[in-house]
Amino acid sequence: MSEFFDIIASAPFWVATLRIATPLILGTLGVLLCERAGVLNLGIEGIMVAGAFTGWLAVWLGAGLWTGVAVAGLTGASLGLVHALFTVWLGVSQHVAGLGLTLLATSLSAYAYRVLLPTVTTPPTIEPFQPLAALAGLPLIGPVIGAQTALTLLALGAVPVVAYALYRTPVGLAVRMVGENPSAAEAQGLNVVAVRTGAVMAGSVLMALAGSFLTLSAFNAFFFNMVNGRGWVCVALVVFASWRPGKALLGAVLFAAFDALQLRMQQAGDILPIVVPYQIYLMLPYILSILALVVMARRAAYPQALMKPYRKGER
Amino acid sequence: MTDASVVLRLSGITKRFGSLLANDAVSLELRAAEVLALLGENGAGKSTLMSILFGHYVADAGCIEVFGKPLPPGDPAAALAAGVGMVHQHFTLADNLSVLDNVMLGTEPLWQPFSRRRAARGRLLATASRFGLEVDPDARVGGLSVGERQRVEILKALYRGARILILDEPTAVLTPQESERLFATLGELVRQGLSLIFISHKLDEVLRVSNRVAVLRGGKLVAEVPAAGIGRDRLAELMVGRVVERPVRVRRAAGAVVLQLENVFTPRVRGQGSLNDVSLAVRAGEIVAIAGVSGNGQEALADLCCGVVAASEGAVAIGGERMVADPRAWVARRVARVPEDRHAVGVIGDLPVWENAVSERLHTPAFSRLGWIRRGPARRFARALVETHDVRLSGIDVPTRSLSGGNMQKLILGRALSVGDQVAAGAPPVLIVANQPTWGLDVGAVAGIHGKLLAAAGHGAAILIISEDLDEIFAIADRVAVMYKGALGAVRPVEQWTLAAIGLAMAGNPAGETLEASDAA
Amino acid sequence: MRLEARTNPSRAAMLAAPFGAILFTLLVCALLVAWAGAPVGRTYALLFEGAFGSRFAISETLTRATPLILTGLAAAISFRAHFYNIGAEGQLYMGALAAVAIGGQGAALSNLPAGLVFATMMLGGALAGALLLLGPAVLKIRLGVDEVVTTLLLNFIALLFVSMMLDGPMKDPLAMGWPQSVALDPAHEFSRLMERSRVHSGLLLACVLAVLLWVVQRFTTFGLQMRAVGANARGAAFAGLPVRRVVLACALISGALAGLAGLGEVAGRTGYVTLDMSPGYGYTGIVIAMLAGLHPVGVIVSALFVAGTLVGADSMSRAVGVPNYISDVIVATALLSMLVATLFTRYRVRWGRA
Repeated sequence: MSEFFDIIASAPFWVATLRIATPLILGTLGVLLCERAGVLNLGIEGIMVAGAFTGWLAVWLGAGLWTGVAVAGLTGASLGLVHALFTVWLGVSQHVAGLGLTLLATSLSAYAYRVLLPTVTTPPTIEPFQPLAALAGLPLIGPVIGAQTALTLLALGAVPVVAYALYRTPVGLAVRMVGENPSAAEAQGLNVVAVRTGAVMAGSVLMALAGSFLTLSAFNAFFFNMVNGRGWVCVALVVFASWRPGKALLGAVLFAAFDALQLRMQQAGDILPIVVPYQIYLMLPYILSILALVVMARRAAYPQALMKPYRKGER
Repeated sequence: MTDASVVLRLSGITKRFGSLLANDAVSLELRAAEVLALLGENGAGKSTLMSILFGHYVADAGCIEVFGKPLPPGDPAAALAAGVGMVHQHFTLADNLSVLDNVMLGTEPLWQPFSRRRAARGRLLATASRFGLEVDPDARVGGLSVGERQRVEILKALYRGARILILDEPTAVLTPQESERLFATLGELVRQGLSLIFISHKLDEVLRVSNRVAVLRGGKLVAEVPAAGIGRDRLAELMVGRVVERPVRVRRAAGAVVLQLENVFTPRVRGQGSLNDVSLAVRAGEIVAIAGVSGNGQEALADLCCGVVAASEGAVAIGGERMVADPRAWVARRVARVPEDRHAVGVIGDLPVWENAVSERLHTPAFSRLGWIRRGPARRFARALVETHDVRLSGIDVPTRSLSGGNMQKLILGRALSVGDQVAAGAPPVLIVANQPTWGLDVGAVAGIHGKLLAAAGHGAAILIISEDLDEIFAIADRVAVMYKGALGAVRPVEQWTLAAIGLAMAGNPAGETLEASDAA
Repeated sequence: MRLEARTNPSRAAMLAAPFGAILFTLLVCALLVAWAGAPVGRTYALLFEGAFGSRFAISETLTRATPLILTGLAAAISFRAHFYNIGAEGQLYMGALAAVAIGGQGAALSNLPAGLVFATMMLGGALAGALLLLGPAVLKIRLGVDEVVTTLLLNFIALLFVSMMLDGPMKDPLAMGWPQSVALDPAHEFSRLMERSRVHSGLLLACVLAVLLWVVQRFTTFGLQMRAVGANARGAAFAGLPVRRVVLACALISGALAGLAGLGEVAGRTGYVTLDMSPGYGYTGIVIAMLAGLHPVGVIVSALFVAGTLVGADSMSRAVGVPNYISDVIVATALLSMLVATLFTRYRVRWGRA
């Protein structure tokens, strides 16, 4: 038992937790923005792949790391625009459009990768973001923060920014309103389609940034299957977070902590009296996500217009 | 009247929806500090006209001038900027947000990185007190009463400096007392220089509140007269265009008790009222009407009496036999059910008409055998139904959502009134449960449906009708009770009710009523 | 820009929609082919040849189509009831696992008639798939938990479970460390439909099930209930249709069909379970169902198209050097185009405000 507390109290555990949490924080915030505006964006898995790919590609072709991040963001915005065209402008099924977008973005990324690097077998590496050694001297959090990269700070900083934008600015009020009652927004002179499109694009930028973290920080190359379901976990986390940015951070960190814990337990191996196959450990994050959804099911206060396409004149 | 006092001018507004001509070259003027009523029956084009004014739609022809300047069409923001505000029939409010949020929306530039909430709050309170409308800026809109929500709707417009206010059927959801309060507010608005357009189909209100009345019929403006000096009957004639045969109600002695509710409670559901110790008896041959402002438990009562929801306590019986919450059992027991929401509940829009005609009885040997649909008998039934009840459509295979509201209601009522696989002949239903049966229909369709209900009562059916339309209740009911907060007040013969008494009961204040012990049975 | 509902959608338009979508897809993907530096015309010709151009090609396409028809049906029936089963991939693997668990017992069951064992295998495969979907279905019906995310996450869990089984209890002792399961007894495999090819009678099973599903949907009371509940659950409840039971039934049938897809692959193609036996057939099934407009018999045609694209792309890729991921791009683009095409059969575009 004491091994548990040893693990949890150690700095490496929290270093791993924050690192695992970073894409989850960004991805969950992205889904949150889209769903607050009333749009379910199941393209997240594909957008994360595309963000990972284009960010890596830009750097591999010689651009700076932050340029790579910007390129990933641009990719996210474009894919978000595509999703908005289907779901907001045309009003097709948000489930199917999202899944189609995931498939398209993933396969396009794989295709582009193969066209550009037809003969390569091991994925070429790049020089990723470096840990923020300068911050390692800070009291208490120093060892943990100093081992993170700039993108993690970006993710942490994004939480209060999104919260402020949603609750304290006119555009945030507009986003919340189109997700609750689009007719009300229209009656106050707002353009529902424009607001929803903007929210979806902004959310997709965050999703792509989450993907770029994987190639530009966590790892240093692009692999197929590197996103591996993180996008879907983010969709579950948003429900768990009741569509609030602060709770999204909490959920992402909690989830990442469990993931880091099971990694350590796999490595340590002899903490539990029985031999647990490693697959069980890998299953835990997904099982947790499902549990999170079940727990929140009764109390979920959905944005009232979520998944309802808005057609002007169809009252 | 000089031109200077004309604040709004609509010229030659024409609007078509497909083959329907909703507005036909309508021209109107609104003068300063006056109340203009826009009168017409359902479907006459009043709401369309005002929606064009406010920018929800763009007219096919015609133009609009506000305070002498042309109004850019199709843009609510432009209308708001020009000083036009609208209080919609279905409130445009977000339940999950606060009053202040709802009012502030759209009043600050979207690119502003901050929000001046304190100033907005002060301005909202000042506007509210100026016009005598109390409101709590931080209250969650979903928790407000209907009257309070309407006040927020009005404040939204006043906060933005509206000088012209359009009110679309504002009293449809209010009790008579709340309506009085609204009229007082309107008077105050006019005193402070606003000009109002008041849309309604209720003659008495129109004569009471307005200075001038514009009558629309079939999309055309048929009259524009001062309110003083015109009689109610003349207005009705203008509105309807002909004499409508009002079905005559013949008083019969009521027969045995058919529907009996004893101390019924229903489970609490989020967002909707539930029944709280309701007892009711409906006898054969009589029409019992339940009045009340929506949201006081009528939905639960209707669901209960259609077999959709089970009572958590208490007994529900038909002809002495206890009933469970199974629509099939109710249909088998010859209960005719007409739900409130035609499109979303009464029919399944994507399915063809013939499948909707038999949907309630699909499991009976008449229409299915060993799991296979008996298409022949089902389609024959559907055809007979459509013919007998005069449902206008191009074939029984069209998707049901393509039917008009009136035709859809005829289909639903026809289906409900038939018994087994017999459309017309044979015994009529034992009990008819109808929830807002004539909502949104024109006078002709309303008369048709009332005629069918009265005929059924004449043949011995027991009828329970839930309605927010007091005109309807006074026209056809034998006994009336009022629902308030899930409880049913005393059921009294219709002659013993006055408008004032019903209004008080709807607001939960039954002062002045005398309870008759026999009514609870 | 806005959309206006058409009063009478024409049947001709609805039939033309998939073809329009595919045409648009081929045009757009031609750009990608050109980017890879390959001649567009020749590439598409090779694609078609690789799919249908020879006896071998056709047999490969038919073999590939077999599981796709079943996962397509699984998606079609669940989507029709508005229950979005995205977990067909996991259900497929569980069905395959169950099939091998029953049919790979070897000596233990050798004294039972092969037909009986085979029938039990089929039942087991279907049941395994259905049971995997039972959890999300109940969660949706009882608690309103969104089934999209739960079924998706279960895919990962199911695959890990299969991996665990392959490492442990169901490992093939003769496979020299390679993670694959015990092999099926040859007596318990599907017979060949075409000699010297991999086409097996699982294809017959799939087609029969497709026709059966169409008959049920159109002519039985359950079919009407399914369509009613999917179109308008409140209206269906008012009419007395057993909504919860119908959704559950649709979910279970959907899971069973996906499980049978796994059974088909094991009993017809591979003979044992490996972790890479399905390159995303579960997900592709969704695309197939959408392309077919959720019509059961249409699923057969749609599956042939998609299988042809996948098979053709493999051989085309070897010849011209265009990465075979183009097939996934084609399928995804076809799906999105189909969504738009279907929309335009029901709505008309109008410029300007209402």
